[in-house]
Amino acid sequence: MTEIQIGFSILFVTFGILLMLVGSVGIIRLPDFYARTHATSKSDTLGIIFVILGLVIYEGFTQSSAKLILVVLFIALSNPIGIHALASAAMKKGLKPFFSDDDIKNDSVKREVK
Amino acid sequence: MHQFFLFSSVALTIIIAVPLFRVLKGPTVFDRLLATNAIATKTIVLICLIGFLYGRIDMFIDITLAYAILGFIGSLIISKYVASQNVEDPL
Repeated sequence: MTEIQIGFSILFVTFGILLMLVGSVGIIRLPDFYARTHATSKSDTLGIIFVILGLVIYEGFTQSSAKLILVVLFIALSNPIGIHALASAAMKKGLKPFFSDDDIKNDSVKREVK
Repeated sequence: MHQFFLFSSVALTIIIAVPLFRVLKGPTVFDRLLATNAIATKTIVLICLIGFLYGRIDMFIDITLAYAILGFIGSLIISKYVASQNVEDPL
């Protein structure tokens, strides 16, 4: 029983850390603010869920694992809400997307990667 | 298992240090806020791993809950402030 628990825990934590690595590389490499929001909201949230579920499997049925499940629920609700608030603030202040409608209509506009 | 938690904590520390590049270089203020939000959410997992490393997860999990709530409220309030009329040109 304990070996199965430890094996699943190692599997979940490793997969979650790989997902968080994908999110960090996405923050560096993607060209635009609205593209970077995808990297940090989706893959980071899934990575955090996987790592903390792996720690819950390692811990077993205790009070601490119930609190860890509360942390998972709070992160899964709050992280996309915060990043959506940030993206809507950027849209309200007039930050242009990388592919805006004007660029698609006349295709000769130069695009610069900042 | 102790050694696995140690190695994953070191790997997670390196992963957390990567978005600091975007905090320093980011073209707009929104990129900097996004990178700081990513650092704050990953630090939650790092505190959980450190708690398992010391064998005191019952103490560290309360710190984690408080840190998660503080990060969420801070991100929401700063994005509301930047979108308000008081800031002239945040880009």
